[in-house]
Amino acid sequence: MSAGKVLLWIILPYVAITAFVVGHWWRYRTDQFAWTSRSTQLLDRRVLGWASPAFHYGALAAIGGHVVGLCIPESLTASIGISEGFYRWFAGIAGGIAGLVTLVGFLGLLYRRTTSARVRRTTTRTDMLTYFLLTVLILMGCWMTFGHTLFTDDPYNYRSSIADWWRSIFYLDPDVAAVEGAPLIYQLHAIVAWAFWGLFAFSRLVHAWSIPLQYVGRPYILYRRRYRAGSSA
Amino acid sequence: MTIRAQVAMVMNLDKCIGCHTCSVTCKQVWTNRPGAEYAWFNDVETKPGVGYPKRWEDQERWKGGWELDRKGRLRLKAGGRLKKLATIFSNPDLPEIDDYYEPWTYDYEKLITAPLSKHDPVARARSQLTGKALPEIQWGPNWDDNLAGAPERIHQDPLTEGIQEQVKATYEQAFMFYLPRICEHCLNPSCVASCPSGAMYKREEDGIVLVDQAKCRGWRFCVSGCPYKKVYFNHRTGKAEKCTLCYPRIEAGLPTICSETCVGRIRYIGLVLYDVDRVEAAASVPDPHELLDAQRDVFLDPEDPEVRERAARDGIPDDWIEAARRSPVYALAHRYEVALPLHPEFRTLPMVWYVPPLSPIVSALEEDDYEADPDQVFPAIESMRIPVDYLANLLAAGDAERIRGVLRRLAAMRGHMRKREVLGEHDEAMPASVGMSVADVEDMYRLLAIAKYEDRYVIPQAHTELAGRLMEQQGTCGLDFEGGPGNCGMVGAESGPEDFMLSDGDPVDLDIVKMAGGRRRDGAADRDGGGA
Repeated sequence: MSAGKVLLWIILPYVAITAFVVGHWWRYRTDQFAWTSRSTQLLDRRVLGWASPAFHYGALAAIGGHVVGLCIPESLTASIGISEGFYRWFAGIAGGIAGLVTLVGFLGLLYRRTTSARVRRTTTRTDMLTYFLLTVLILMGCWMTFGHTLFTDDPYNYRSSIADWWRSIFYLDPDVAAVEGAPLIYQLHAIVAWAFWGLFAFSRLVHAWSIPLQYVGRPYILYRRRYRAGSSA
Repeated sequence: MTIRAQVAMVMNLDKCIGCHTCSVTCKQVWTNRPGAEYAWFNDVETKPGVGYPKRWEDQERWKGGWELDRKGRLRLKAGGRLKKLATIFSNPDLPEIDDYYEPWTYDYEKLITAPLSKHDPVARARSQLTGKALPEIQWGPNWDDNLAGAPERIHQDPLTEGIQEQVKATYEQAFMFYLPRICEHCLNPSCVASCPSGAMYKREEDGIVLVDQAKCRGWRFCVSGCPYKKVYFNHRTGKAEKCTLCYPRIEAGLPTICSETCVGRIRYIGLVLYDVDRVEAAASVPDPHELLDAQRDVFLDPEDPEVRERAARDGIPDDWIEAARRSPVYALAHRYEVALPLHPEFRTLPMVWYVPPLSPIVSALEEDDYEADPDQVFPAIESMRIPVDYLANLLAAGDAERIRGVLRRLAAMRGHMRKREVLGEHDEAMPASVGMSVADVEDMYRLLAIAKYEDRYVIPQAHTELAGRLMEQQGTCGLDFEGGPGNCGMVGAESGPEDFMLSDGDPVDLDIVKMAGGRRRDGAADRDGGGA
């Protein structure tokens, strides 16, 4: 195996995963104050009203599709009677809709962020890097869905190749051979995705972990004591 | 019944001169920072006026506070928990910063560095949001101060709806008064209820409502959920901020900055004891005109020995109970009934109350050779410049009779004191005509007119030594009071509010917890006997 392959398909994933895990641990412990959505809705409500829900709901659906496609082995779906053809069409159509909604929302948000002087001024370098990676990921994702899954006579079955490699990383037995044969765009998408996950903990993206689902079961009014029990002991 | 103490405020609008000293000193202390330039934890609005942010009182637009659903149950006006989660990516009710104003500074350096020229150099305005020069400033803090621009804007004030013919902008008929506003530190705070992260909370000991800056995730529903628009979004930090009632000062027994520096001495700070179990019922009263009485009934009389005993049992220290007896807030709001809550119809049970202002009688009457008889104080109330209906929309959910009652008491106080001091007469008829004793009227006069520092501010110091006693509660539920859920298993271990009362996830030895629980109950019995 060449050093390049080891770097791209073994070292990069593990570095990214390490940065992801350690980064979150460090950030959560030391940087609660900056752990926020950093909403700019106050500054400018143009475009945001439709673009932000489109991007976020589209992205949540796309993430769900990735979880299903990467985590569930083809053998499992086959064993419960889902054929490869059916899976391809279902994933392609659902993923295509999710991808388009995400893309449209994301373009709206990019437009807003670049044309609104107030919002542009709040944009940090990390934000720019995040937007760059997201742009590349979303465009490539849409291209793969439409070009290699839906509108093609020769659909690429990533579930019997890339997904196997992806899972093998977590088994601590990386199966580089499974990813080697994938089309270039799939390989690029994977590489950029690892960079994205490596950056995640250090960017504003951490607010994704704070989706306040606990709000649903919570009493409305919260009381706290001024001094936490034992704080003076 | 569970008794808690609340640090509350009353402002006497009759004496506010609109000098903005409270706003300026508050800003210097709390919001003189990037990201909070536009935020005024204390502001003073001219009424009638558009308000800050614009039309904040119009809840059909901003959806702040609570309302009753068809079955009469209390719910957030902006919708429930699921709707909040569904609209979390773009809050439909959030004001834009232009609804407050775009903050700016001036290019002062230009004044020094400009080359010699025929004309004086000008320091141009620069936006603090974009850093760019602002061609023309369109709106700013107190833009409509003292009715500036009133002919065009006066009817943008939501309170004038339905009484437009009474609110005139012509010089001869105009009226105005000032409304200083801070966070209301409500008993039923809709900002706390709107916060999906659980970052906002009401302090058990003194009722101050705060934002936990470490827990806030910037979902910004508190900003729209507060009907008074007194939670602000810091656009630099991405976190919510609000008036803290200057809690570091309150804990030391000192009045807030806005109160301490009030030139007109209009502010009063004191404790009220209230029954936390009655709050929701009081907020759910169907008839808005009955909300005021319901909210007053949540307060408990600190002169009642049973209340005092119960308060001590619920952990309120003796000196706090004594302070509640001397509270100017309880006196003005409950004993003399001259202070009223700001917009009781928002159903948040606000804890900053207002004494409505008297005002000169309208000049139209004077033109007809009418000369006011200073001893005929009551007929004048209907002829005052400030329409009673306008004050009713502000302080009594539209119930004008409430305002008349308060104004009559204030007028009777003036009439009585005038007779005593100027004419040397002692007459019990006037106090009696408003249902007050002479002693009450003269006490109220001392509180409102003489307004000694020690009478205006009766603030007991915080009991830091109690922090140690809370150690005994570690690992216990904190909800096992009479009528409480009483069972820790009922609330999820990870998300329940009782988490806040426990220490930071330290492992707890269950045997010790049981022991401590027993000791706590024993201790409570001791305290009942020996006092705190």
